[in-house]
Amino acid sequence: MFYFALKRFALLVPIFFGVTLMAFGFIRMLPGDPVAALAGERDMTPERHAEMMAKLGLDKPAWQQYLDYIWNLLHGDFGTSVLTNRPILDEFLELFPATIELGLTAMFLAVVIGVPIGIFAAVKRGTIFDQGIMGFSLVGYSMPIFWWGLLLIILFSGIWGLTPISGRISFLYDVPTVTGFLLLDALISGEEGAFASAMHHMILPTIVLGTIPLAIIARQTRSAMLEVLSEDYVRTARAKGLSPLRVYGLHALRNAMITVITVIGLQVGTLMAGAILTETIFSWPGIGKWIIFSVFSRDYYAVQGGLVLIAMIIMLVNLVVDLLYGLINPRILHTGS
Amino acid sequence: MSASNTIPAVTRRPSMLRQNLREFWFYFSESKTAVVGLVFLVGIVLMALTADFIAPHDPAMQYRDCFEQPPTWGAAECNFILGTDYAGRDMLSRIIYGTRLSLIAGGIVVILCLSIGIVFGVVAGYFRGWVDIVIMRIMDTILSVPGLLMALVLVAILGPGLLNAMIAISITYLPHFVRLTRSSYITESSKEYVIASRVSGAGMFRIMFITILPNCLAPLIVQATLSFSTAILDTAALGFLGMGAQPPAPEWGTLIAENRDLMLSAPWTVTFPGLAILLAVLAINLMGDGLRDALDPKMKRS
Repeated sequence: MFYFALKRFALLVPIFFGVTLMAFGFIRMLPGDPVAALAGERDMTPERHAEMMAKLGLDKPAWQQYLDYIWNLLHGDFGTSVLTNRPILDEFLELFPATIELGLTAMFLAVVIGVPIGIFAAVKRGTIFDQGIMGFSLVGYSMPIFWWGLLLIILFSGIWGLTPISGRISFLYDVPTVTGFLLLDALISGEEGAFASAMHHMILPTIVLGTIPLAIIARQTRSAMLEVLSEDYVRTARAKGLSPLRVYGLHALRNAMITVITVIGLQVGTLMAGAILTETIFSWPGIGKWIIFSVFSRDYYAVQGGLVLIAMIIMLVNLVVDLLYGLINPRILHTGS
Repeated sequence: MSASNTIPAVTRRPSMLRQNLREFWFYFSESKTAVVGLVFLVGIVLMALTADFIAPHDPAMQYRDCFEQPPTWGAAECNFILGTDYAGRDMLSRIIYGTRLSLIAGGIVVILCLSIGIVFGVVAGYFRGWVDIVIMRIMDTILSVPGLLMALVLVAILGPGLLNAMIAISITYLPHFVRLTRSSYITESSKEYVIASRVSGAGMFRIMFITILPNCLAPLIVQATLSFSTAILDTAALGFLGMGAQPPAPEWGTLIAENRDLMLSAPWTVTFPGLAILLAVLAINLMGDGLRDALDPKMKRS
């Protein structure tokens, strides 16, 4: 297991260098030099320009700049936001809980609905239930989620007035930040109605962000279950007279879970991409909205830092999924990949 | 397509191709939903081609008396089937013309990915060693960032616009094509017909592109179809974020973005363009599922 983990970790090293090189190149590929971009419309004397270049380390040769950049990254320095003049890591960590919170609830929704309907479709294979579930899943998979979000706002917030249009919590509540996860903070604050308000604000964003993972998980669970259901041990279990719930829920699902967990792990990238759109639509103060804002306000150091941080997080999650996979399915540990 | 896996492509004759096509259609038409998807897609393509004739109005024409007109049938004045937008432009015509932009975007992304991806994949599979490692690590790097974020960053470098959005999206999809080509190329290259062709003196390019490549095409076609639909989605998403096609271009995502402020007062301006995206993507995905079942024995429906 240790060897396996080490090998998986070693695979990440070239990707780390690839991502950092890409992020490093990103700033240099922008039209114009960074200092001129910072200055914007303002005029700048050549002396001031040289001074700024030296301050940002841009007067050194490119390879040395890159090594400096890696060195800083490894020391937790992801650069400074041009707009707020704050370390990018601080900004990121401040907003990240909002994205995680939304991502977790969306994933929860996707798994809690996706896995059971996937199993149900597999068990009722070929029936109208199966076709219906697969049809819904295909629609979900094809959904432009930014439009889906707007449509839900039009219906639920505009016409029926059931849900709030945007934000994380009603402005009536002032919940002190403890964990950054608003649901928890609202509970801790003990303020009456704060938790309900936070929940209320989460409903639509959760549905929107969870739609595509839900569709994918339902589809993959179904095909994993179909494969497992034709195995001998499932037939034996059924022949022994075990209840369907035991056969499908215990014998079959356990083996189908290997595929399902991998699929769930792979959704982290989908969630991050979805977060950009979902957070923009619902003015959700998380990483996705921050990245879009940084792109538009030309805060390229923030974009660069965000890019590296997100790539690293996804890499780590995939590593954890790989290791989990090894734990659930020990056979994988002994086969050379 | 099972025949094409065992019989060398060099000896394939036109009659062989016809037989393959017939076999393909047999499997493809087995799935009713796939045929529905195909028919729908043909309809969308026709709509794009004949936009000049079937669109009831000029998509850029602003009817000053009919701002934000709700959809109406057969009214005397301001008769717009899908209503008008904030500038009094006919939504239906804009959506019909938008079909062109979306199909072109999807098509160009797929063509770029196929051509560049195949070359990189074949080169990696033929040379192996360092070339392979370098190419594949670059692809891993691209894959390590979520597609939409990668595309956004690339558009930030290239500048917003439909063409740059297409290039950015192509780069984010490229790794899938390179990986697929490489893996099926490597599987094929150890087969006997390749050795036979090598022994009989075939050159490097002949082996790469004429002997082996045709036998790797099936999974690539499936991937191309699925990428076509996601490219339409991502182009629209970039347009929605203001980084893709710029107004007044009637690209579907851009249409949603420019009417977003009206979504509560004039919901039709947002609803119909999105519905167009959903239907187009759904049709292509339906067809893609059928293609996969017909072409790719490995992924065949169980």
